[in-house]
Amino acid sequence: MKILNFNRKIKIDIKTYTLIIALIIIWLLFGYLTGGIFFYSRNFSNLLRQMTIISFLSIGMTLVIITGNIDLSVGSLTGFISIIAAYLQAVMLPEILQGLFPSLSTEGLGILSTIVTIIICLLVGLLAGICQGYIIAYLKVPAFIATLGGMLIFRGAILGVSRGRTIVPIENSLRWVAQGYLPKKLGILVVAIAIIVIFLMSLQNRKKKKQYGFEIKPFTYDFLIASVYSVLVLGFVLIVNNYRGVPNPVIIMVVIAILVTYLANNTKFGRYVYALGGNIEATKFSGINVQVVIFKVFILMGLLSGVAGIILTGYVAAGTIGGGMNYELTAIAGCVIGGASLSGGKGTIIGALIGSLIMASLENGMSIMNMSVFWQYIVKGLVLILAVYIDVASKKNNS
Amino acid sequence: MKDEYILKIENIIKDFPGIRALSNVSFKIKKGDIHGLCGENGAGKSTLVKILAGVYPHNTYKGKIYFNDEEIEFTHFSVRQAIKKGIAIVYQELALIPEMTVGENIFLGREPEYKGTISWDRLFSDAKEILKKYKLNIPFAAKVSELSVGQQQMVEIAKALSQKVKVLILDEPTSALTEAEINSLMEILKYLKHNGVTCIYISHKLEEFFRITDKITVLRDGLVVDTVRTADTTEEEVIAMMVGREMKERFPIRNRKIGEKILEVKNLSAGNLLAQSKMAIKNISFDLRKGEVLGIAGLMGSGRSELVTTIFGEYGKHVTGEIFLEGKPIKISSAREAVNYGIGLVPEDRKKMGLVLMQAIYKNISLPNIRKFSNALSVDKYKELNECRKYADSLNIKTPSLFAITESLSGGNQQKVVIAKWLMSTPKILILDDPTRGIDVGTKYEIYKLINKLAKNGIAIIMISSELEEVLGMSDRIMVMHEGKCTGILERKAATQKKVMALATGTKNYSGV
Repeated sequence: MKILNFNRKIKIDIKTYTLIIALIIIWLLFGYLTGGIFFYSRNFSNLLRQMTIISFLSIGMTLVIITGNIDLSVGSLTGFISIIAAYLQAVMLPEILQGLFPSLSTEGLGILSTIVTIIICLLVGLLAGICQGYIIAYLKVPAFIATLGGMLIFRGAILGVSRGRTIVPIENSLRWVAQGYLPKKLGILVVAIAIIVIFLMSLQNRKKKKQYGFEIKPFTYDFLIASVYSVLVLGFVLIVNNYRGVPNPVIIMVVIAILVTYLANNTKFGRYVYALGGNIEATKFSGINVQVVIFKVFILMGLLSGVAGIILTGYVAAGTIGGGMNYELTAIAGCVIGGASLSGGKGTIIGALIGSLIMASLENGMSIMNMSVFWQYIVKGLVLILAVYIDVASKKNNS
Repeated sequence: MKDEYILKIENIIKDFPGIRALSNVSFKIKKGDIHGLCGENGAGKSTLVKILAGVYPHNTYKGKIYFNDEEIEFTHFSVRQAIKKGIAIVYQELALIPEMTVGENIFLGREPEYKGTISWDRLFSDAKEILKKYKLNIPFAAKVSELSVGQQQMVEIAKALSQKVKVLILDEPTSALTEAEINSLMEILKYLKHNGVTCIYISHKLEEFFRITDKITVLRDGLVVDTVRTADTTEEEVIAMMVGREMKERFPIRNRKIGEKILEVKNLSAGNLLAQSKMAIKNISFDLRKGEVLGIAGLMGSGRSELVTTIFGEYGKHVTGEIFLEGKPIKISSAREAVNYGIGLVPEDRKKMGLVLMQAIYKNISLPNIRKFSNALSVDKYKELNECRKYADSLNIKTPSLFAITESLSGGNQQKVVIAKWLMSTPKILILDDPTRGIDVGTKYEIYKLINKLAKNGIAIIMISSELEEVLGMSDRIMVMHEGKCTGILERKAATQKKVMALATGTKNYSGV
């Protein structure tokens, strides 16, 4: 049984821990520099909401990067979908919906408009993903080029739809999706359910390990780990509840992050994504249809760009021509800080989220300190380079 | 006495995380000798020569190295330092730039300059001179990608010689060479010896040691077993030292139980079908029975690998001919279809085509088989680990953990991982493309036994091999290929080395490099 030594896994996780430590250091630093303002629960709540739009992109980008590809179009695509959402809500849907359902109240029409907008925007994202994925996976155009083209096309389309103007107004219901909060009691209920799930999963794992005769850690160890996670979740909700509750987009982000993490770690698809990123030839020779896998990864990326676009419109409460500008770069930076390797095969969703949170924290902290925007860009650039250097240097020492 | 030993290695200890690769290695190398270094995979040969060549700098190992009685410690840019001192290594995997010419490769990083620009005339005339001086028969202006593997090897050697090396280390130089190329390499080495160059020669082919080396040092598990004079020993003795036991037979005996026909290939051609000369394989027909081992012999470039990858769907739709599986005609245009038909392929280049090196061992074993452990929603990881463990145990894969990165394994164990992944898929037909290339004697024997066991269990096996003895020792029938064509299928009893060689060279005299 020596051959199954679970200790190896802990070593790999150390990387995630260093990332968390880096995040905590950055937080402490800003806490000190801003005289504690950084730690106000209001700011904490804002910080999380600020990271959400980019984080939808980072989550999808992680899978793209793991396959050894890149998607430069997501920022423009997000902006494009955002402008479509605004156009639908401000120009197109009010007339059509009023014509179809004259009996509905203004509020009812608004909610209906938001639902239709969300569906159409997700479909647009999906379609964009299908097109780009097909071009990359089947027509074999390198992803860098295909998505560079996509970036220009969507940026152009934004100007075409908006005719260079900002589009308003946005329905209240869509604004609520991006700006609202989960009622505090509901937040607590969600936490309670989450904690129960954490403990059940821990028990389930023990049962499985026992079933196949693998060594299991002492019960107290697993119990402690589950407790730590539970305390973190609870602590988080208590902090944001201290302000207004969990921001809605944060809930959406967490749900998507959990789903995609599950997809990456616990499904065939996820396995294939990592395998083909590590060695596409060997994966192909193992009888796996690598083209389909790459195709699906880009479809998911398109869909998540759709989510980002919708939230962006609700958050800004307008469709703007600059929407989503440079988001792709921030998303890629988040993934890379989070440990994804641009040569493929490596990366995690949680890493990408922490990476995005680090970037968002820098931006948020520096804004509170009233640092000029030009400094903000420079600092973010330096941090990105430093993070990757540390990663490279630590790898060198290991080998 | 000063000049007798050019290299003295004393008490070298080198640790890798979790493994001691070298424990207290000491031996001496005489000036002008060809000194053989042999041992099973993981015995520490490559680690040792990498220390000598400065790949691992001085502070990463313990012990002392004397070069011409002067202690050497390579630190920064250590490979460069080593070359300056006069120690250079020619790796198993060639390190040339395919799109550059021979001359450019030889002088890479040391291009002769004239007022800040490269002096191409001098570069090429110097390259030509070196090639001529050491009788290396290679066109100096050819692109490296146009050369055969054997010629590329010689470019590497020329590159080392152009830097006036005194000690040339060759790490398994012949593993990818044809007989003729090996012969000319041997001639070159003899010529270098004549010119006072000392060689350290690593190989898995013992016969080569007895052709050219003066002394042989045998390593086992990071220790020096002994250094012997080649003239005073025998192959059997060396093998016994390497594995630590007597090897009775090179190839295990198998009880043959050959069953019904499972695969039939008729007039298979693949590649560029428009031009006869550009086809990878031409008009190949053969059949394969359950429990049979069909050996495929042929030189590098004879189309033997192309034949099996065609069956595995690599050429997609650029294929003509018929394939029958259990009597039914089938079309295979992708690896996925081949796997679904129950065909497994252990490819020629396990690092490139066989393994995802950066991933855990168990993930590699289960890669073609994940469907077995998963439903629509999830992979049952523990069931998967449990299955992988069974195969890893039964193949005796040497690793501290199934979670270890595949790259950390030795070549032989990596090959076992590739075999394990196909065994788990319970194939009807298993194709092994040169499965023992670059693998030590002990693991080779294990793989032979495994092949026999699989055949006994009714799996049909196609085995390509670069070693004639291996094909003759393992196969029930031997198919010989030459220039993409099948030049003959021999019964085991009728096959001899001479006959196979004659067919493999297309009866013409093989003129060599």
